[in-house]
Amino acid sequence: MDDLKEKYLPRIADALDEAALEDIRLAAVGKKGEVALKMRELGQMDPTERQIKGPILNALKNEILSAIAAKKAGLADTALDARLRSEWLDVTLPTRTRRRGTIHPLSQVTEEVTAIFAEMGFSVAEGPRIETDWYNFDALNIPSHHPARAEMDTFYLNRAASDDRPPHVLRTHTSPVQIRSMESTGAPTRIICPGGVYRADYDQTHTPMFHQVEGLAIDKDISMANLKWVLEEFVKSYFEVDDVDLRFRASHFPFTEPSAEVDIRCSWENGNLKVGEGDDWLEILGSGMVHPKVLQAGGINPEEWQGFAFGMGIDRIAMLKYGIPDLRAFFDSDLRWLRHYGFEALDVPTLHSGLSR
Amino acid sequence: MKFTLSWLKQHLETTASMDEIVYALTDLGLEVERVEDRSVKLADFIIGKIISATKHPDADRLKVCQVDTDEGNRQIICGAPNAREGITVVVAKPGVYVPGIDTTIGVGKIRGIESFGMMASEREVELSEEHDGIIELPSGEVGDRFIDWLVENDSSKVDPIIEIAITPNRPDALGVRGIARDLAARGIGKLKHASTPSLEGGFPCPVSVSIDEDTLEYCPVFFGRLIRGVKNGPSPKWLQDRLRSIGLRPISFLVDVTNYFTYDNNRPLHVFDADKLAGNNLRVSRAKGGETLVGLDEKEYKFAQNMTLISDVNGVESIGGIMGGLRSSCTEETVNVFVEAAYFDPIRTAYTGRALKINSDARYRFERGIDPSFTPIGLDLACEMIMEHAGGEVSSRVQAGTIPSSTRAYRLNAARVQSLVGMEIPESEQRQTLTALGFRLDGDMAYVPSWRPDIMGEADLVEEVARVASLTKLVGKPLPRVISGVPKPVMTPMQRRQQLARRRAASLGYNECVTYSFIDQGAAVLFGGGIDTTKLENPISSDMSHMRPALLPGLLQAAARNQARGFMDLAMFEVGPAFHGSEPGEEHLLVSGLLVGRTGPKDVHGASRLVDIFDVKSDAEDILAAIGAPAKTQVFRGASEYWHPGRHGMICLGPKKVLAVYGELHPRILEEMGVQGPVMAFTLWLEKVPSPRQTGPNRGAFTVSDLQAVERDFAFVVDAEVEALTLVSAANSADKTLIEDVRVFDEFLGESLGEGKKSLAITVRLQPRAATLKDTDIEAVAQKVIEKVNKATGGVLRG
Repeated sequence: MDDLKEKYLPRIADALDEAALEDIRLAAVGKKGEVALKMRELGQMDPTERQIKGPILNALKNEILSAIAAKKAGLADTALDARLRSEWLDVTLPTRTRRRGTIHPLSQVTEEVTAIFAEMGFSVAEGPRIETDWYNFDALNIPSHHPARAEMDTFYLNRAASDDRPPHVLRTHTSPVQIRSMESTGAPTRIICPGGVYRADYDQTHTPMFHQVEGLAIDKDISMANLKWVLEEFVKSYFEVDDVDLRFRASHFPFTEPSAEVDIRCSWENGNLKVGEGDDWLEILGSGMVHPKVLQAGGINPEEWQGFAFGMGIDRIAMLKYGIPDLRAFFDSDLRWLRHYGFEALDVPTLHSGLSR
Repeated sequence: MKFTLSWLKQHLETTASMDEIVYALTDLGLEVERVEDRSVKLADFIIGKIISATKHPDADRLKVCQVDTDEGNRQIICGAPNAREGITVVVAKPGVYVPGIDTTIGVGKIRGIESFGMMASEREVELSEEHDGIIELPSGEVGDRFIDWLVENDSSKVDPIIEIAITPNRPDALGVRGIARDLAARGIGKLKHASTPSLEGGFPCPVSVSIDEDTLEYCPVFFGRLIRGVKNGPSPKWLQDRLRSIGLRPISFLVDVTNYFTYDNNRPLHVFDADKLAGNNLRVSRAKGGETLVGLDEKEYKFAQNMTLISDVNGVESIGGIMGGLRSSCTEETVNVFVEAAYFDPIRTAYTGRALKINSDARYRFERGIDPSFTPIGLDLACEMIMEHAGGEVSSRVQAGTIPSSTRAYRLNAARVQSLVGMEIPESEQRQTLTALGFRLDGDMAYVPSWRPDIMGEADLVEEVARVASLTKLVGKPLPRVISGVPKPVMTPMQRRQQLARRRAASLGYNECVTYSFIDQGAAVLFGGGIDTTKLENPISSDMSHMRPALLPGLLQAAARNQARGFMDLAMFEVGPAFHGSEPGEEHLLVSGLLVGRTGPKDVHGASRLVDIFDVKSDAEDILAAIGAPAKTQVFRGASEYWHPGRHGMICLGPKKVLAVYGELHPRILEEMGVQGPVMAFTLWLEKVPSPRQTGPNRGAFTVSDLQAVERDFAFVVDAEVEALTLVSAANSADKTLIEDVRVFDEFLGESLGEGKKSLAITVRLQPRAATLKDTDIEAVAQKVIEKVNKATGGVLRG
């Protein structure tokens, strides 16, 4: 028996491929193989001999079969290894390029502002960009001779000679939306009105179109102290700081009374703004208690209702928060600028996940 | 509005520091824009005296001086020709910053000899341009601060200048006295008593004045006095200094007096050379239209009806409240002067000034509202000042009209400050504040001072009280929620739609742009606009003359700018309004995007290719899907002429309702706009997409079949102009329940098919609902598909 073992095991070990292994299998343990022939001989043996030889032959058969199986697996591994060795790739090659889109900072910041004020119960109102002079001026307590009209650098729409109405204007602020909103919803109300506004001015720090967000809250007992709280909460949330110091400074707007300019405490480091610390004050918005005449113009009884309004530049707060130096670049659509200052498509600002990443 | 500290102190008794004054002004609503305070820069210079000056051994022009200072004797090397023993000088010791040469003095050796400081010239301390030698003071003690000497001896040189922004409601603060009054009310010092004139006319005024009956509403009152025998000439130094310090050029004494009163008391005046007036009457009347006058600025003005004019026999001599005429103006030679003080209506003055485009100090003040009651007082004070310096004899006062009444009172409701502002201020303090501002309190009625035209109601009283008390004391108070609990969503469906469209477009690789709402007429015309109705009356440039009729022209211009910078592969979009008219609301919300160049830079995988119409079609479809547009739409041709006529499609719900257009832009448009094409683009009309039916958040039941779906391919030969969508719709209609999807997977144009023919191959997917399909079932549907396609397109199965 040992001769068979010595004959086949080395052959198995030396087999070069699966076909050779199959030949060996047939020669050894196939139906006509040597081991099978020996097994056939068992029938002619006496029981005692058979009891001894039988198990030995079976063991031999099993040993050969498992050697073949092991060799087979070894050959497959070798073949796979060889294939994989040939499948080497330069993985440092660049990918197929995919364009990466961006969201304009104005859209992003408008969403940030909306998220914050939504939390405080303000909904979003909108109005037309071409306005009548009544909504843009008169209703806001700016009669036609008022010096503020001349100071606003208003764009006027062309008027046909046959049309003797005063010319329409491109809204100079988002405040006319206040009036339209008061007319349609009455009091109480809490709205913000973000959107584009226009003034005929173009230099380093002015563009003929820019963006504002207006806020309006009207109720029975809203006071300027509530306004201050709302703005404090807004500034903290928007600039993502824990503390903020707001300074109200007496001022004048025709549509509010009393009126205040609002400054925030800040410091500047290498052109970067830090809110809530330092010794500088930065003017960020105008505000006040809605003028009784404005409430009247919006169809709300000033004897019964009162409230506050404020307005700030979206472009401006975007520049402050994200360190964007030049307002004019907002509207130039320079691809490099859009990529540098733009935001990820899926980076929707929310209060629960954070406004900025 | 500019003034100096000493000018302020003429009206205000105060020991407050500059910092305190500046803070209070801004806090009161008189926002300080700029402070120029020389004393800060000069604080460290001290007075010294040269004890000896000897020639430097190694330099002819230099002297070695021993200078007595507060720290004893110092050796200073000096090159000034006037440096000599015995003179009193200004010394900068080591460590002192010298503004005129922008240097901090150190200890150094000059030609081998040590020097411990510097003696300054006027230029070096920025007092003048004088630099011929060092300053020699006529007096002064060694060791004293130079700045203190200046304050004592030459104060105008160091008088701090303050510039404040005046809001339109505060004409009273356009005079230094008004500013002083605000500060006094705040507690920064005490308002000095106003001087009261006591002028007796020595003779009747030879010039009379009259106001036409119909002009009284524009000029209710007009006063004048004539002073004869004055000697005009340069103003005294203090007056010249004062005017110069606020940026005004002294002209001659008589003119300077009017300017002084304009800034000191917000009281514009006018002086006529009485000898140049013809006749003996000045008449105030409405312009008939067409009159002309050469103004003091030597420009000729032509008047329109109803402007307020002041005329004599010669014609117009002055524009009421705005500007005097050149002909009757005062000169150095004037000996007889007629001084005018009148009150002109703010509204009329504003309209006239705007129409004539004259921005004068007088117009600025009259249109905001001066103090009518002060009119005769201002006149008399000015006449007194003229006579004090220029001599002469004054006439009696002539008057036409009456001083308009400004008497009005509002109830002071002390609780209103608490309810409107949220500050607790005791009633006594509220009354004290109002009194200090010039209000007269009678019980709880507050009578408004004549110089405050802006006070028009109770809320104004609250504002005054809060402003003077300081809004910095305001403490924030939480604004309670309207409804407690979780806030409701606040965006409208259209706002949500904009947000989704914007974020979808960005995720498809487009960069969002925001371009101006106005464009040039040429570009507007190309996109169906540029008409007179959407024209701006006063554009800032011809590039921005018309409201945009579409977003694409702005994006194309942006593309051209980027191409000029060398960026050729572009994907840009904008979400925003376009304008189809000029009435409020004649705007519509669009999303437009464009693709130019290749899908990306050339790459190792060969994936980069030119962008094509199917890129923008797929992007437009994706965005429509994102905002919930119906999936079943039709495609038509025939959109605006700025599209390539054969390469665009309109995604529609029915033939009239266009949701979007996609395609290639017309090459001629690109050429006119200077863009290197081809350009693929899309536009979506956000408001045209119907709102989804209100079904709530429920998605409906999820039903899927366990039965195996079957796909069958067909290739049809059709005429080349048959559109794929027609064929797909026909195939779809073969069995509406069984056919789940029909997809075109191949288009082939080849000679083998014959002239003008093409092959379209489709895959039809059949989804059995009830039982597994048998071959005969499939064959029946296939036959139906072939029939339907044949009927709709004339196509036959490809052999």
